[in-house]
Amino acid sequence: MANTKKINRQLHSGKNASWLKKDLKQNYALYLLLIPILAFYVYFHYKPMYGLLASFQDYSIRRGISGSEWVGFENYERFFNDPYFSRNIINTIRISLYSLIFGFPAPIILALLMNELTKPRFKKTVQTITYLPHFISLVVICGMVTNYVAADGFITKIVSALTGKNIEESLLNDASMFVPIYIVSDIWREIGWGSIIYLAALAGVDQELYEAASIDGAGRLRQTWSITLPSIAPTIITLLILRMGSLISVGYEKIILLTNPYNAETSEILSYYIYKRGIEGAEYGLSTAAGLFNSVINCVLVLLTNWISRRVSETSLW
Amino acid sequence: MHIKKSKSRIAFEIFNTLFMLFLIVITAYPVLYVVFASFSDAGALTRLGGDMLYKPIGFTISAYEKAFANPNILSGYMNTLFVVVVGVTLSMLFSIVAAYCLSRKNAAFIRPANILIMFTMWFNGGLIPMYIAVRDIGLVGSLWSLIIPGLINTYNMIILRTAFYSVPDSLVESARIDGAGHIRILFSIMLPLIKASVAVVALYYGVSYWNSWFNASIYLQGQSQKWPLQLILRQIIIMNDTDSMMQGVGAGDKEQIGESIKYAVIVIATAPILCVYPFIQKYFVKGVMIGAVKG
Repeated sequence: MANTKKINRQLHSGKNASWLKKDLKQNYALYLLLIPILAFYVYFHYKPMYGLLASFQDYSIRRGISGSEWVGFENYERFFNDPYFSRNIINTIRISLYSLIFGFPAPIILALLMNELTKPRFKKTVQTITYLPHFISLVVICGMVTNYVAADGFITKIVSALTGKNIEESLLNDASMFVPIYIVSDIWREIGWGSIIYLAALAGVDQELYEAASIDGAGRLRQTWSITLPSIAPTIITLLILRMGSLISVGYEKIILLTNPYNAETSEILSYYIYKRGIEGAEYGLSTAAGLFNSVINCVLVLLTNWISRRVSETSLW
Repeated sequence: MHIKKSKSRIAFEIFNTLFMLFLIVITAYPVLYVVFASFSDAGALTRLGGDMLYKPIGFTISAYEKAFANPNILSGYMNTLFVVVVGVTLSMLFSIVAAYCLSRKNAAFIRPANILIMFTMWFNGGLIPMYIAVRDIGLVGSLWSLIIPGLINTYNMIILRTAFYSVPDSLVESARIDGAGHIRILFSIMLPLIKASVAVVALYYGVSYWNSWFNASIYLQGQSQKWPLQLILRQIIIMNDTDSMMQGVGAGDKEQIGESIKYAVIVIATAPILCVYPFIQKYFVKGVMIGAVKG
């Protein structure tokens, strides 16, 4: 930091050229190392940003950006006028919100409960087992889900026993079951892993506070409410900001693995639309337009939630 | 510590322990089910029709024999091994060099470089422009398409950069006075100091290369001999394509055997991760902490 200030001062004092020469002479080896890194970022991150121009074109892969015909906002009009546009947005937000409501508090509750376990070995065992699903690949998880909720799967049998309904086909074929399946399998996979960060925060809470509180006659619940939760609140808020920022960016991978024509009504989300139109349908211009829409909203949401949280709680990401 | 516990505290602890046991069961059972089913007799499995399994029924390894006899599984395994080994090596090399460069403070162009790279975490071109970039450079149809486009994961790189920041400047300065260049400083002085973070990031890369399937599905469309294991797996367990494994099996038996093959393939693809997991778990946990410090 001090150095940048010095550099700035030098810049303004008109010693531009000599300063630049000195810096290059001193750091050329560092800059040489940096070249391949920047080349990677320029080609695989910035070139695709330039590629967003394809959203204003009737893009053809053969002719490229320079050779394709410009069509103005036609792709955007098609995207916004797509009969499924609002359905896809609603589906995206629905999955996001449910996963915020159920998936976000789950690891917090688990961490609080784990923190109360008194036997270290038992705690360790619970941790080892609950962290595990995080490392199982999505393909395997979705494969298990598909099999277990099939017409003769064991989860289907449990659901059928609990609801008293006779279920004769896969639960995935029932559009109203898609979001619950998605959310529950997500929680199953991530609850343990997600709790790690809260356990770390809990380990940092000053134990003397609890002693003082119990001398003052505060019960366990009271202590959790007045000491534990406030102590881990910054962690919770930071992770909440990250969550809010990704409100509309539900990934397509899990959707691709679980979707089928029967549940499309609730399973088709924005990112899946981008995938389907772009990769399967080869409608590059349209898909790129939808992608840009998605990226812009994401970016705005991240900035917005960060701004709000800085205002409200002085906790911000940067 | 002979404080008498109140009744409500005891009740809570019993409830809590029971809840944890319940959690263990619902986490472990779906995984155990796969293992049991993979060793079960195909016919018995079908007759059982999805009831709960508590042990393999009619223990047999025929599903594994059929799975391994399938050329796709073997080639998938080889492709995945290639991607994991080469990918982790290259990713680590590039990420370490990137993190080292970006953590230097006494050079004028490092700050702009940092901004240039951080910006890509907020905004990206999206699926199709990325596909076009990969295609333009001639990677579509090659196994390298699974490695090069994702060579540096910016999150992982930041974990390393944070670690480099934590190395005291005085150490670097004194090495520099002794005449050590950047490469020397990086590899012989700094890397040994941050090896815990290096291990964590290498494991993150390893797991993500092992588990990735999506890039292969778009860059290697229709070239199943180049597919990694996970994509073969998707074909078999999600798209239900077990036919290729059962040449010479009667049509009636196909469905039955297909079921148990699916489970065997899942075990084959997941076993390596499950085997190393207990030993490296603590590193992963450490990684979350390092990432959290960055916040």
